[in-house]
Amino acid sequence: MNKVFSNAHAAVSGIKNGSTILLGGFGLCGIPENCIAALVELGVNNLTCISNNAGVDDFGIGLMLQKKMVKKMIASYVGENAEFERQLLNGELEVELIPQGTLATRCMAAGYGLPAIFTPAGVGTEVANGKEIRNFNGKDYLLEYAFDADFAIVKAWRGDTMGNLIFKDTARNFNPLMAMAGKTTIAEVEELVPAGELDPNQIHTPGIYVHRIFKGVQYEKRIEQRTVRKEA
Amino acid sequence: MALDKFQIAKRIAQDLKDGFYVNLGIGIPTLVANYIPAGVNVILQSENGLLGMGPFPMEGDENPDLINAGKQTITTLPGSSFFDSAMSFGMIRAGKVDLTVLGAMEVSERGDIANWKIPGKMVKGMGGAMDLVASAKNIIVAMMHTNPKGESKLLPDCTLPLTGVACVKKIVTELAYFEISDNGFVLLERAPGVSIDEIKAKTAGRLIVKGEIPEMVL
Repeated sequence: MNKVFSNAHAAVSGIKNGSTILLGGFGLCGIPENCIAALVELGVNNLTCISNNAGVDDFGIGLMLQKKMVKKMIASYVGENAEFERQLLNGELEVELIPQGTLATRCMAAGYGLPAIFTPAGVGTEVANGKEIRNFNGKDYLLEYAFDADFAIVKAWRGDTMGNLIFKDTARNFNPLMAMAGKTTIAEVEELVPAGELDPNQIHTPGIYVHRIFKGVQYEKRIEQRTVRKEA
Repeated sequence: MALDKFQIAKRIAQDLKDGFYVNLGIGIPTLVANYIPAGVNVILQSENGLLGMGPFPMEGDENPDLINAGKQTITTLPGSSFFDSAMSFGMIRAGKVDLTVLGAMEVSERGDIANWKIPGKMVKGMGGAMDLVASAKNIIVAMMHTNPKGESKLLPDCTLPLTGVACVKKIVTELAYFEISDNGFVLLERAPGVSIDEIKAKTAGRLIVKGEIPEMVL
């Protein structure tokens, strides 16, 4: 069993026109920078991308939008991207906006082998249109299905050759959930170590969920809103 | 005098109780963290996966892996913890978060809230707002009383697409503090110097005024 790939180009092989891809990250925090760059170079199109956000104009998923690689975007918040808005208003891009907790839990359900979940988020709103509603203990819940995605692409802080992953700070966000949800999961890590070097107690994502892993390079880790305080 | 946004935040902060787990939305709600009363310890939840959110970092200490739900660089505090987005909304749905403070474009007299979409104009998405309002035990809305056109944001029915139904418990605007009950905006406090007539004139939904209405003490 070899899960280790040499670089992003090798790791994204098999992603083709029309694939459905889960992409980890919150804003630009914890996004798989290397794989996005490799996909842009590969130039696949008609993709369905599931990610909390859609990047900014010139970074993250924004780079894929610029190249018109995305047919459909499923996200919870897409506010920081002018090109995204242009394509949406021109009808070039299909968009499904879903509550953030629903997005996370539909990933979790896929990784837990559950076909669907019930959530109160969106009851009484347009999100509920056409969805089955069940009442439990006097409160209404929407039935939401587990995602069915061809690939999941995630970014972790450390990983080992078995595919075990550890995330850092709030760069964890959707990454462990999406890692569980892909039919093929690709993980890029800042540090790749031999099996045995990571403490099994500290693993966030067990390697069983990860099919391909590689050491990423030249992380930019762009900050969207740099905020500081002047005095202690 | 109507309140400014800092005073709105300050009034809301007076409602914080020691030991509360609190989720603060973007905008005025974020400012609430600056006015937590002395002796009150609250733990701030950031829905991108952090409990125990600290202040902005000092210049040079920014960590790109450590942001809040508004994508701003932040810090941790002693006792902070990180978790994934499913657990984050899990603790929200399970009612573990004591108070949610968020902004709104419109609130109805039954506590419906609209804050995520203006059809044909703004399509940014709901983020975590629908999950928060569907589950939070106690929701305070912090917002201006009227929209930029001068129209009331406290309405009989929301006109914009809803974020949640019958969920808002309290509202603090620059003019007053309201509780939602009996299908109306129950006036609890006025901003210093603001008359009941002015509040009436700017509240389109059913306003309920019972007895003497005290001024806020800020």
